[in-house]
Amino acid sequence: MPSNLPRFPARLRLVPLLAALPLLSGCGLVVLDPAGDVARQQGDLIVLSTVLMLLIIVPVMALTIFFAWKYRASNKEATYKPDWDHSTQLELVIWSAPLLIIICLGAVTWVATHLLDPYRPLARTGPGQPIAAEVKPLDVQVVALDWKWLFIYPEQGVATVNELALPVNRPVRFRISSSSVMNSFYVPALAGQIYAMPGMETKLHGVFDKTGDYTGFSANYSGWGFSNMRFAVKSLPTGEFDQWVAATKASAEGDLSRDTYLKLERPTHKEPVRRFAASDPQLFDAVVNMCVEPGKMCMHDMMSLDAAGGAGIAGIGNVRQVTYDKFAARGTVDVARWGMRYVAAYCSAPVMPADRPDAKPVASEKLKGEGLPHPGRPDRTALRAPAAADRPLS
Amino acid sequence: MSIPHPAPETGPILGKLSMEALPLHEPILVVTFIGVVLGGIAVLGLITKYRLWGYLWSEWFTTVDHKRIGIMYMILGLIMFLRGFADAIMMRLQQAMAFGGSEGYLTPHHYDQVFTAHGVIMIFFVAMPFITGIMNYIVPLQIGARDVSFPFLNNFSFWMTTSGAVLTMVSLFVGEYAQTGWLAYPPLSGIAYSPNVGVDYYIWGLQIAGVGTTLSGINLIVTILKLRAPGMGLMKMPVFTWTSLCSNILIVASFPILTATLVLLSLDRYVGTNFFTNDLGGSPMMYVNLIWIWGHPEVYILVLPLFGVFSEVTSTFSGKRLFGYTSMVYATVCITILSYIVWLHHFFTMGSGASVNSFFGITTMVISIPTGAKLFNWLFTMYRGRIRFELPMMWTIAFMLTFVIGGMTGVLLAVPPADFVLHNSLFLIAHFHNVIIGGVLFGLFAAINYWWPKAFGFKLDVFWGKVSFWCWVVGFWVAFTPLYILGLMGVTRRMRVFDDPSLQIWFVIAGVGAAIIAAGIGAMLVQFAVSIWRRKEFAEESGDPWDGRTLEWATSSPPPDYNFAFTPVIHDLDAWHDMKKRGHQRPADGYRDINMPSNTGAGMILSGICLVMGFALVWHIWWLVAASFVAVVAGAIIHTFNYKRDFDIPKATVIAVEEARTRQLAAGA
Repeated sequence: MPSNLPRFPARLRLVPLLAALPLLSGCGLVVLDPAGDVARQQGDLIVLSTVLMLLIIVPVMALTIFFAWKYRASNKEATYKPDWDHSTQLELVIWSAPLLIIICLGAVTWVATHLLDPYRPLARTGPGQPIAAEVKPLDVQVVALDWKWLFIYPEQGVATVNELALPVNRPVRFRISSSSVMNSFYVPALAGQIYAMPGMETKLHGVFDKTGDYTGFSANYSGWGFSNMRFAVKSLPTGEFDQWVAATKASAEGDLSRDTYLKLERPTHKEPVRRFAASDPQLFDAVVNMCVEPGKMCMHDMMSLDAAGGAGIAGIGNVRQVTYDKFAARGTVDVARWGMRYVAAYCSAPVMPADRPDAKPVASEKLKGEGLPHPGRPDRTALRAPAAADRPLS
Repeated sequence: MSIPHPAPETGPILGKLSMEALPLHEPILVVTFIGVVLGGIAVLGLITKYRLWGYLWSEWFTTVDHKRIGIMYMILGLIMFLRGFADAIMMRLQQAMAFGGSEGYLTPHHYDQVFTAHGVIMIFFVAMPFITGIMNYIVPLQIGARDVSFPFLNNFSFWMTTSGAVLTMVSLFVGEYAQTGWLAYPPLSGIAYSPNVGVDYYIWGLQIAGVGTTLSGINLIVTILKLRAPGMGLMKMPVFTWTSLCSNILIVASFPILTATLVLLSLDRYVGTNFFTNDLGGSPMMYVNLIWIWGHPEVYILVLPLFGVFSEVTSTFSGKRLFGYTSMVYATVCITILSYIVWLHHFFTMGSGASVNSFFGITTMVISIPTGAKLFNWLFTMYRGRIRFELPMMWTIAFMLTFVIGGMTGVLLAVPPADFVLHNSLFLIAHFHNVIIGGVLFGLFAAINYWWPKAFGFKLDVFWGKVSFWCWVVGFWVAFTPLYILGLMGVTRRMRVFDDPSLQIWFVIAGVGAAIIAAGIGAMLVQFAVSIWRRKEFAEESGDPWDGRTLEWATSSPPPDYNFAFTPVIHDLDAWHDMKKRGHQRPADGYRDINMPSNTGAGMILSGICLVMGFALVWHIWWLVAASFVAVVAGAIIHTFNYKRDFDIPKATVIAVEEARTRQLAAGA
């Protein structure tokens, strides 16, 4: 059916379209045009990988169309070799061409994955803007609740629901957990997402380099009220951030005590922005260790007890008390009905089940060769191994 | 709209079942139910009127003929496809409407079931029956066998798959389906957060169907390894048979993982164990790992047989030997092995370290090397060929152009830092529909158009086939390009309502695309109807309408019950092409009685009891669980005492069939 052939090239339009993706970033493609250094590097990586792959995709698509047209049955001019089925040279090319692309992409992947590891503290707030060693990142503790987000600012002593304000150009360290089911904490303008999981803590580092209003949401389906699990994200100049903290304190509806938290974590949806003072520095750790209820044994206590061989028969009583949400969702059971408790706590150092030691910040410029002297220049001393603190990928 | 209430009480006779389980408050479901009942009564009435029950029972339901079982798999897949697509349309409609404070027309309870059911049905009850059906029909013919190794098992597998599908469909009208997403991650799918029967329907539907899939995988592996015609060494097997072999090896190696994972989840839900709970040492992350150790091979289970189809189609319609057969086989085997070491790329965002994430990212990219080699092989099969653009070849070209884009976005998602910003977004949705529609479905359509004349003795209508083709290809891009763009705008999947009004236009375009695809599906159904109606006109009597190259084209269309009167002897890769070239003559005498397996109703009966058991388990009707369990075991034992397992097709019948065929060929020539 050669009459169809002229239509095939129409499909080719897709190729320039993909190549033009960076140009589209003007019209709201937040992933490619974010407001933070981490997300920007991730977006650039998308463009880079796409271009690398187009090196092989475009020829394949072009050859498909060309061969389909050239060797159509009605074209009796074209060579016809019905028994030709092997060529060692050609086979070498068709295996090695994708291999070469994947070697390049694999190298990019290895380096970028380590550099942009969400657990790794940031080394810069933007290209050529390293972070001084004495700058402490802003700590924000994030708890995914059914179906809203709780943000605790331990340094500032405030907490909010469904509103996240961050000072621009200051690195932020998020400690993330969840009260009930899996969610994913995602602010596209700031940095990539990471899962928020009950009884576990994940980490994320990010920094805004533009001020403005953005949105964040859960990127992992979490049940009935999932669609409304969105929160406002404000990137504020430092002075305004301090004002925001003061205003939050002034307008707080109360202190985020453990009782308040237990009420807050009950399932609700379309929760408006709420503001609290936050005076309990242990609350987040209690959430991660599933022991917000007064008198309940914390997970890390139980684990260190188990690590020591358990507590024998006495331990059975403890097990009865650690049930968290085995048969009913959070907030649907009256905790007071659980009755008598045995051991409330056990002298142990907190163990964070999902914790890993922080990696060292790495300035990516070194990896790309920026700032290093040219190998041909006489001054080669700078090429000696860098100090341990900034050795790449240690 | 209030947050749903907890589970009902369990009674001794009906378990959790009560009048409240009927979704009478959901007008959409009530109307659907009335439609299904009326349609069902009409079909049953027609069957009764034309006295077809006996025919259906003895010729189809109880059949052990791999060809008829193959066709029944295709019918199952088609019916479930219409259901799965209806879910897709409902989602597109909801997402196109729910802006600016509008809640759309679906409640969260309903919408969450729709997207869960869409995923489950499309993978387990559409794609799987379709590929199993094609493999069932074609593989024995391609290797010159008279049936599969275990014909009864084949019938049993089909009915188990059907039982799983029926149980899943029952959830539409009795109770509810899971509201968890198609992989039912705990803790959401645990008893605390999904206290009702939806997840139980999910578990038992998949468990029953999974038995069928695993057994059918074993059956086809043994068939391919043991029943090849003399002379057909492994490296002389047709590529489709090779890819089927690899796909079935994947089935047998990975479905038990799914079964075990779902058993652990059901233990958590039914007896209070703590494999995947938040507390008492459970680990939901373990479930996510296990389910994807099955789930990633699953996508290759689906696509590998279609890679085989594209190889056959390209070679046939280019009138040329397949380029690089050996490298094609090795590529398939590479993909089979590599598909096991990439599962973590489905959850880079769960907090693994950078080295783990890079490892799985890079292994994922490595899979694209053999896949790329395959594409080049198809390309160089076309090179210096004489390409006839019949429908199967058109689908193949469309596949090549569509699939490379899906492959590219897949490799992109395999770069962990890129995945951090695209994971769970609509970009991901667009990607996997790009490979599953562009790879699996386009391949199935190529296969259906290619092998339909073999199965029924007449070709499919070309005009409606082309209408369907263009609607599908155009509709696909109109429906999914907006999703790629929305993903880059940071829009995540499974959303029911949206805040940002600027997104709406993209969802409307995607909805238009879905409507174009619907037209493509309609055109395909018309194509089938028109072709059946005008079957005399489209009759194809040579048995070899496309100048085929492999053994299935050596028999009549449709093939006789015994496939081959004489088992062919193989000398070359493209066996039938080779036979034609060497001036093969049909043998005219020397026929003998042919021993064939007997039909049996045991498969359907046992699967029916399993369906009852699944239903009883879902609703906690324990006496019925016990009774049906005893019945299944007893039934299986009784079946082993059935010694009437085979019969001889007498020589006279064989001679009559073969002589009729000789006359038919003479008349055609």
